Amino acid sequence: MSREHPHPHAAPLRAAELTRRVRQVELAISWVLRIGVIVSVLVIGVGLLLMFLHHPEQARLWDDGSNYHALVQPDAYFPHSMAQLRAALAAGAGSGVVVLGVLLLILTPVLRVAVSVLSFVYERDMPMVLVTLFVLTVLVLSFVLA
Amino acid sequence: MTLLAFVLSLGVISIAAGALGSLVGLGGGVLIVPVLVRFYDVDIRLAIGASIVSVIATSSGAAAAYVRDEMTNLRAGMFLEIATVTGAVTGGYLTTLLPARFLYILFGVVLAYSALATYRHRHATALLSHSDDRLANYFNLHGHYRDEAEHRDYDYKVKNTWIGLAMMYVAGMVSALLGIGSGALKVPAMDLAMHLPMKVSTATSNFMIGVTAAASAGMYFERGQIDPVIAAPVAIGVLLGSMFGARYLGRATNKGVRLLFVVVLIAVAAEMLQRGVMG
Repeated sequence: MSREHPHPHAAPLRAAELTRRVRQVELAISWVLRIGVIVSVLVIGVGLLLMFLHHPEQARLWDDGSNYHALVQPDAYFPHSMAQLRAALAAGAGSGVVVLGVLLLILTPVLRVAVSVLSFVYERDMPMVLVTLFVLTVLVLSFVLA
Repeated sequence: MTLLAFVLSLGVISIAAGALGSLVGLGGGVLIVPVLVRFYDVDIRLAIGASIVSVIATSSGAAAAYVRDEMTNLRAGMFLEIATVTGAVTGGYLTTLLPARFLYILFGVVLAYSALATYRHRHATALLSHSDDRLANYFNLHGHYRDEAEHRDYDYKVKNTWIGLAMMYVAGMVSALLGIGSGALKVPAMDLAMHLPMKVSTATSNFMIGVTAAASAGMYFERGQIDPVIAAPVAIGVLLGSMFGARYLGRATNKGVRLLFVVVLIAVAAEMLQRGVMG
C-alpha cells in the first residue's frame, strides 16, 4: 500500500523495486489464504462423506426414524482435544476428519500472519516486522495457553 | 429432520450468510447463531462455536480476493491487529467474570449507536489528503485503492490511529466474549474514526476478523464447542458465499455498502438486545 510513500525508516529500496515487492507480497498473502481455504474445504468435504458412508441411515433426506437433534445438544460427543482427534483419525471417523479440516481453516489466518512477517522482512520494513511478529506471538500463545 | 437434510439446508443458509458478511465486513456469525438456535434448536454454546468457524471462513474466503484486488489496507489491518489479538486474549479470561446478559445488552447498545453514526455519515466521501497523525505517518498506514464502481484511483490518509487502536481492543474482547468477529465495531473504527473509505474499511475488517477469531478459536475448540456436524456445512457454505460476495464489493458504491451495513447492524443490535433482555 505504500507505493507512493516508501517508508521513511526502511532500508534503501528504490521506489520501483519497493512497488514490485509490495505487489508480490499482496499476491503471496492472497495465495496463502486461497490454499488454506481450498485445502480445508476438501478435508471437511471428505470428512462429511466419510460420516455419511459410515452411517448410511443418516444419509436420507426424508425419514422420521433418524434425527440430527441429538448431535447438536450439549451432551453430543465429538473430538475436542488433540489426543481425541488423533484417536478419531486413527479409527477413520468422519467427524475426526471434519475437525481436522476445521483446525486447518483456523490455522489459515495464523499462517497468513507468519507469511506477513516474512513479507515485511522482504520489504525491509522493520517497524512492520515487529508489529506482525507481536501479532504472531500473541496468536501462538493463545493456542498454547488454550 | 434427518442429518443429511440438516447439513444441506444449513449449508445453503451459510452461503447467504457468507455472501452478506463478506460485503459488510462482518463474520456472518451474528447471522448464523440466531438461525441455529431458533430454527434448528442447536445448543447455544455449540452455535457460538460454529460462529467462530463462520467468522474465519468469511475472512479467509473473501480476503483472498480483496487483497489481490487491492481493496484491503494491509498495513493498517496488520497494525490494528496488535489491538484485536490482545483484546481477544484478555477477553478470553474475562468470560467467567462478566455475565453474558450484560454483554449482550452493552454490545446491542454500541451497535445501535454505530448504526446511527454510520447512517448520519452515509453521504460522506471526502478522503483526507493530509494527516498529522504521528503513528499513522510513522508506520505509513495511509493507502491507495481503485474504485471499480467509479473507475478511479484514490489515495487517502489515515488519522486518529490511537482511537482506532482503542476501538479495536474492545472489538477483540467482544469477539472472544461473544464468539463473533466483531466486524460491527471494526468497520466504524476505520470508516468513522480513522477516515478509511467505506469499502476499504469493510474489506480490511474482513481481513482482520479471521485473525481476531483465530485468537480465541483454540479456547473454543478445547471447551468442546466446535461440533463437526454443525461446523462442516457452515464452513463450506460460508466459504463459497464469501468468495461469491467478494466479487461484488468492488462494483458497489461506498454509500450502498454503508446503507447495507446499517441495515445488518440494526438487525444484529436487535438480536443482541433481545438475547440480553430475554436471557
